[in-house]
Amino acid sequence: MADEDDIILSELNDEELVLQMHDDLYDGLKEEIEEGVNLLIERGWAPYDVLTKALVAGMTIVGADFRDGILFVPEVLLAANAMKSGMAILKPLLAETGAPRMGKMVIGTVKGDIHDIGKNLVGMMMEGAGFEVVDLGINNPVEKYLEALETEKPDILGMSALLTTTMPYMKVVIDTLKEKGMREDYIVLVGGAPLNEEFGKAIGADAYCRDAAVAVETAKSFVARKHNQPNA
Amino acid sequence: MTDALSKLLSTRDWLMADGATGTNLFNMGLESGEPPEFWNTDKPDNIRTLYRGAVEAGSDIFLTNTFGGNAARLKLHNAQGRVRELNRIGAALGREIADASGRTVVVAGSVGPTGEIMAPMGSLTHELAVEIFHEQAEGLKEGGADVLWIETISAPEEFRAAAEAAALAGMPWCGTMSFDTAGRTMMGVTSADLAQLVEKLPNPPIAYGANCGVGASDLMRTVLGFFAQGSERPVIAKGNAGIPRYQDGAIHYDGTPELMAEYAVLARDAGVRIIGGCCGTMPEHLRAMRAALESRPKGPRPTLEDISSKLGAFSSASDGTGGCGHDHGAPRRERRRSR
Repeated sequence: MADEDDIILSELNDEELVLQMHDDLYDGLKEEIEEGVNLLIERGWAPYDVLTKALVAGMTIVGADFRDGILFVPEVLLAANAMKSGMAILKPLLAETGAPRMGKMVIGTVKGDIHDIGKNLVGMMMEGAGFEVVDLGINNPVEKYLEALETEKPDILGMSALLTTTMPYMKVVIDTLKEKGMREDYIVLVGGAPLNEEFGKAIGADAYCRDAAVAVETAKSFVARKHNQPNA
Repeated sequence: MTDALSKLLSTRDWLMADGATGTNLFNMGLESGEPPEFWNTDKPDNIRTLYRGAVEAGSDIFLTNTFGGNAARLKLHNAQGRVRELNRIGAALGREIADASGRTVVVAGSVGPTGEIMAPMGSLTHELAVEIFHEQAEGLKEGGADVLWIETISAPEEFRAAAEAAALAGMPWCGTMSFDTAGRTMMGVTSADLAQLVEKLPNPPIAYGANCGVGASDLMRTVLGFFAQGSERPVIAKGNAGIPRYQDGAIHYDGTPELMAEYAVLARDAGVRIIGGCCGTMPEHLRAMRAALESRPKGPRPTLEDISSKLGAFSSASDGTGGCGHDHGAPRRERRRSR
């Protein structure tokens, strides 16, 4: 990384540094992101501001370009990886300072489905947007989801399925939540290649999310709405 | 020694491949989440019925029930030790049906993706991917597959690893990718990228192309993208029978046999040499496709407008290849600097 036109991050003022970090996230430059996070903290930034203004704002650009078919999975994975390393520095500091949280999501692929690339992407992008994510992995029966909802008390339940044969299981989970009177306690988002909006509605989800970027946008808007409710 | 597929291609303008494997097996009672490959040993008669369905509907090529039969996928069912066996038997059942058909039918050993992301983005190394594919290839070869059929791939790295495994097994091969994200693969590969990639391989495939993805229109647009690269290599089109719809608690594909027949004719007119279906494509679709391919006169190569008017609208405005003066559908964000 010793190109002649290399920018020395420590020589940038705050505003330039933040813009530079957006670029570096876009390019998936892990070490530069770590350096940028440390610099901002040293300069007295609140950890929450570093998270939202530098990292989350940068990942929002990545998400938008992913949604628009300009960036693809490899670039997003690299960006998410860089984001993660920045988050690792911030996490303990955020906990210390009691910073506000975006929200919490429990996510997993449904019973019978072992395809997890899409689910992992959503998890990473949600973390990139500042959400706390509890990943249940693959092949989750309804009991597993229920248990996680009880213990984690998330705002959002995310379910993923790649196969036309496993996607109907999402309805089983939602119907069980209804039976137990728990459905209204959570925002239920569903996704996966063979799904569509019509399917999401038919099974009683709050929304179908076409890709990881849309999942983040949808989650944000639902959480905002939930928080605006008087009794929330 | 020339392989059976090359021989058949040299005598015919087009060949018909098969349709869906999963959709057919689920109709026979395969449970959601159960690996279809287990039926090669547990319910071989159902697999024979699957293969026979394609052959009797007029397919010249059919794929073995081994799509997920690599160690990375089978591991998720604790069956990583059964790779050789499940592939060998899947191919052997195919050999039996093909040889009993009374004509030349090619048994194509299906090889699907590992489901893992390759290094440096993911953890699967090239060496390990080659090893995983090679193990499967040896099983398919042992069972009597004529060619390896590497399909539904989205990453160029994985495509290369599978090609290398075919070389190690000494098998001729075909390879297709799934273009399902704004006309590209999930990993961002365009039709033009794949057309160029295959020509750079030390052991190029007999034929290459597209399978699965999003409906027949998108698949045809991808195919036109291959031809725009000017390659002479035979092209494969295996599109889904429409788009899955949720009705009365079950999933149905909305593509009718008539639509698939229309798609088959358009594919042939575009210059595709191997035409088949993918998810949702049942024997009745294949029969309609075969009848149309045999009865309808060859027309000029269809335009994008012909395709969307006959098969329906595309899922995205662009497919990431040229056409409006630049190489990408939309420009990447302006950089503040480059490193």
